[in-house]
Amino acid sequence: MTTEPLTFPLTSGGTFSPPKELMAMRGERPIARVRYPDGKLGWMVTRRATIREVLANPVFSARQELRSTPFSGAGPTPPAPPGMFIGMDPPDHTHYRRLLTGQFTVRRMRLLTERVEEIAEEHLDRMAAAGPPVDLVRAYASPIPAMVICELLGVPQDYRTRFEREAAEMSRRDATPEERQHAMVGIFSYLGELVGRKRVEPTDDLLSGLVTDDAGLTDEELTNLAFMLLGAGLDTTANSLGLGTFALLCHPEQIPVITNPETVDNAVEELLRFLPVVPGTVRTALADVEVEGVQVRAGESVMVSLPTANRDPERFTDPDALDLARPAAGHVAFGHGVHQCLGQQLARVELRVAFPALFRRFPSLRLAVPPAEVPLRDDMIMYGVHELPVAWDTES
Amino acid sequence: MTRIEADRELCVSAGMCALTAPEIFDQDDDEGRVVVLDARPSADLREGALEAARLCPAAALTVHEEP
Ligand code: HEM
Repeated sequence: MTTEPLTFPLTSGGTFSPPKELMAMRGERPIARVRYPDGKLGWMVTRRATIREVLANPVFSARQELRSTPFSGAGPTPPAPPGMFIGMDPPDHTHYRRLLTGQFTVRRMRLLTERVEEIAEEHLDRMAAAGPPVDLVRAYASPIPAMVICELLGVPQDYRTRFEREAAEMSRRDATPEERQHAMVGIFSYLGELVGRKRVEPTDDLLSGLVTDDAGLTDEELTNLAFMLLGAGLDTTANSLGLGTFALLCHPEQIPVITNPETVDNAVEELLRFLPVVPGTVRTALADVEVEGVQVRAGESVMVSLPTANRDPERFTDPDALDLARPAAGHVAFGHGVHQCLGQQLARVELRVAFPALFRRFPSLRLAVPPAEVPLRDDMIMYGVHELPVAWDTES
Repeated sequence: MTRIEADRELCVSAGMCALTAPEIFDQDDDEGRVVVLDARPSADLREGALEAARLCPAAALTVHEEP
């Protein structure tokens, strides 16, 4: 049987759904041919069980220089610079990851909850002062993760406004490649300065902790680690908040489940399962290997589609329905294997605080435009909404 | 009787176990690696232990059933 390989971009499956082609293939062909924009042939896997198998198998490398990506125009990727362990394999990956993991434990992250609450309330105050309508992405969904990362890294207060602006610039829809590059360089050089400052004057934060660690990390490694945390922790969380609020406003009957302290934790897991924010990740076979009865050749890149795995009927009943009360554990929104999201406990805290705070402050929150007019990020690496115009009743 | 075994070498400190079955698992302060609080949990905690083992991204947990 010959079928044409899948090509990118894929066809939208609807506002809250993974791409059509991937949903269609999951039941029939758990592994299928794709042609990446660089012209190379590779594979796509869509079932939860297959994805976990691939991500747990060390024959599949995360080295970024080996892989093709679904994003066109990316060009060849150089090897991960020192510190950026998301694109490395063990033992380099293990070395760096272990330096950070102690900072991201379930317990540590719970301790951060109060600070996240304060940050959320500050932004809600500003929204209330500005009055409706506001763009929820700019007013709430983007700044909260940015401020939380500042908190974690120990970015001083006087720089945060600039930081917030540059971070927003990096993921703004109409930013030109030059503007994006400019913002990135700005943040990068600032992080370099910050590392220098922490060496002289360590404070009580993650970056200072790393600076004073016996591991003897270089300035380059420290700057790259900090930059990686930003890259991994901003757009992911911001889009989960933005798209999540959109989904909740489309299902207002479920909002009480997320504002209830007894049920919020699971409600957040269900949103993580349901929202196709991270389209997937790619691994490259270091040797020939069989997957679902198919021979994957050494050098071929395999993309794992996390959103379709999260809708896999083998694990979840009625998987395409958003149901904040269902048991949602076992989703793979944070990936699987040794690269499983390092920041997941922090992301959970942010979502568990930010959603309830928003709907408690503005019980009458609603979309200020028809749902079809909300601009979707189907042109970006991370899926979500570019803007979410919202309104609420004001007492007067 | 249920017995829990955790391989700290495989552990990647994702925290799934401490999140799923906090009565049985914690993470150390230094590297966030798994710490077993209760290696022989009572029968009512067994389901949680099994779920934690299934969710562990590094397959670092084993749940043994012993007579
Ligand atoms: C809802 C929010 C988030 C989602 C959906 C998410 C998702 C993911 C996924 C799917 C991966 C695996 C990538 C791969 O296997 O190639 C990952 C890795 C990672 N994430 Fe997250 N993430 C989120 C928030 C965060 C936050 C807040 C931080 C940190 C501040 C963070 C830091 C990281 C890091 C450092 C890695 C690389 C881990 C490694 O390679 O060992 N993430 N994330």
